[in-house]
Amino acid sequence: MTELLTPILSANWGVDKSWTLKSYLSFDGFEGAKKALKLKPEEVLEIVKESGLRGRGGAGFPTGTKWSFVPQDNPNPKYLVVNADESEPGTCKDMPLLLASPHTLLEGIVIASYAIHCHTAFVYVRGEVAHVARRLQAAVAELYAAGWLGKDIQGSGFDLDVVVHSGAGAYICGEETALLDSLEGKRGQPRLRPPFPAVAGLYASPTVINNVESISSVPCILRNGAEWFSAMGTEKSKGFTIYSLSGHVAKPGQYEAPLGTTFAQLLECAGGMRAGHELKFFTPGGSSTPILTPADVDIPMDYEGMVGAGTMLGTKALQVFDETTSIVRTTLRWSEFYAHESCGKCTPCREGTGWLVQLLKRLEAGQGHEGDVDKLLSVCDDINGLSFCALAGGAVACVTSAVKHFREEFELGYTTPAWEAFPYELSTAWAGGAK
Amino acid sequence: MKEELEQIMARYPQPRSAIMPMLHLVQSYEGYVSDAGVELVAELLGLTIAQVRGVSTFYTQYRQHPAGKHHIGVCATALCAVLGGDAVYAAVSEKLGIKADETTADGLFSLERIECNAACDFAPVMMINWEFMDNMTPEKAVAILDDLAAGKPVQPERGATLTSWKENERVLAGFYDGRADEGVSAGVSSLRSTPKGGKK
Repeated sequence: MTELLTPILSANWGVDKSWTLKSYLSFDGFEGAKKALKLKPEEVLEIVKESGLRGRGGAGFPTGTKWSFVPQDNPNPKYLVVNADESEPGTCKDMPLLLASPHTLLEGIVIASYAIHCHTAFVYVRGEVAHVARRLQAAVAELYAAGWLGKDIQGSGFDLDVVVHSGAGAYICGEETALLDSLEGKRGQPRLRPPFPAVAGLYASPTVINNVESISSVPCILRNGAEWFSAMGTEKSKGFTIYSLSGHVAKPGQYEAPLGTTFAQLLECAGGMRAGHELKFFTPGGSSTPILTPADVDIPMDYEGMVGAGTMLGTKALQVFDETTSIVRTTLRWSEFYAHESCGKCTPCREGTGWLVQLLKRLEAGQGHEGDVDKLLSVCDDINGLSFCALAGGAVACVTSAVKHFREEFELGYTTPAWEAFPYELSTAWAGGAK
Repeated sequence: MKEELEQIMARYPQPRSAIMPMLHLVQSYEGYVSDAGVELVAELLGLTIAQVRGVSTFYTQYRQHPAGKHHIGVCATALCAVLGGDAVYAAVSEKLGIKADETTADGLFSLERIECNAACDFAPVMMINWEFMDNMTPEKAVAILDDLAAGKPVQPERGATLTSWKENERVLAGFYDGRADEGVSAGVSSLRSTPKGGKK
């Protein structure tokens, strides 16, 4: 099954000092940027459009199209902001990428900035990862010294500065407009759209915001061509991506494969479930994407396939749980996450996520009241679609999809504590079924 | 500190954008976001105290009271909790005799229940001074605390040898400490697709 894997972004992660420019150059590093700087910016943009690359941070919006929305007749500076605030529960692909190969992202930044006429780019990296910040800081310094950043890059006449900006622990700043407010030095709360960031983003100037993996996928497209990229994947979901498997699988980790690979195929790559256990449920792309069950394992994991299954591809963060897991406990812990991370701007989300936690806590403790499951769904109705940003939708999706598939288990919470029905020690990583 | 705060401001097209790294720097000196630090940041940026406090209270990494020399975070979000994070947290809390958001009397450790830290394939995850302590167990966690208390060097699974929370806050303020070359390229879980020796 490993022949299915397509190590492209992760090809160089295993070598000694992979994070250095010297190592990156030995993997054809900056060949894509060299090609780009010989083309006109519009030609670079066209190649990225033709490749069919879509955003890898969750929404799946075509990357080249996003870039083309930047109004070039706007007199303000254009900005590129890379969203490295990876915090969606289950999502763990961007941090290893930046740890092992920060230059992949930085080469992508050079190309993307050139394409949209941007001269100042930002990497907004979550704050709770000191070593990722170090590797990025060192890589940026190397590129200034090597003439790949700063004035007149490689004699092309193109100028670019990159600022690495560490956040300070707020999931909401992964939402692009909240990220912009945060980068402007304010509380990170989402903005009303329109205007969209492409027109009025950072400092009310045209701004492109892309995920780490999206921008990191650009150098290989320039290096190998749009056709090379679009030959992989499915009709509308082109190329390859990093699927992150975690939880009760034999070999959790990062699996780079063409879009449209099925969960069953990925699970086989990961050595199956831990020994002696069965799949109960999984998230396709983080906790904000409705959960799936063993009935869904053969659906292609691309943007369309997941929408067809009533969920979303999201960040391709496959959190995998076996039959020892209490769905009530898991849902409670996701709900606590959303309640903690709600920015407080919109009342339905701020108050509603707290109510969900209260209801789920008593269901977990076996002290639920008759009708609590319906009440849970009713609170979800009062949150969903009534807030500025997608956090509220994510907070609701994990609850409604869990109730849809496992309603009896929630109703068991009227009488029986979850820890009695599903002894928690059996779910731990050290409970057996060694990795 | 003032001079370094001004250096941070110079990185940005508009100085207010510097507020987050500036607050990280304040913490690296003071151990938390102190009143004196807030006043200085407000003065430099031309903001009110309330505007700066508005930011410092929004983000969980900014502390309102002093952290320990080593700041321990145990992931309590669903997947880590289920895989044993709750047991790790209980063991650490018992060992240190403190609960979340508390600091030990000797100032050596503080504890926090953190939310998902983007290392789910290494669950359960513990962070010390925001370095990755992967695939944690209660026994491993307690042994690490013993080593730190004894002043022994501790190497994270993925990261630089532990120094202190304050020193890492300086890194988050954007002052590179020259230690990017410490630690591995990637952990075992990160390398599932990666050919040995790389593939050109």
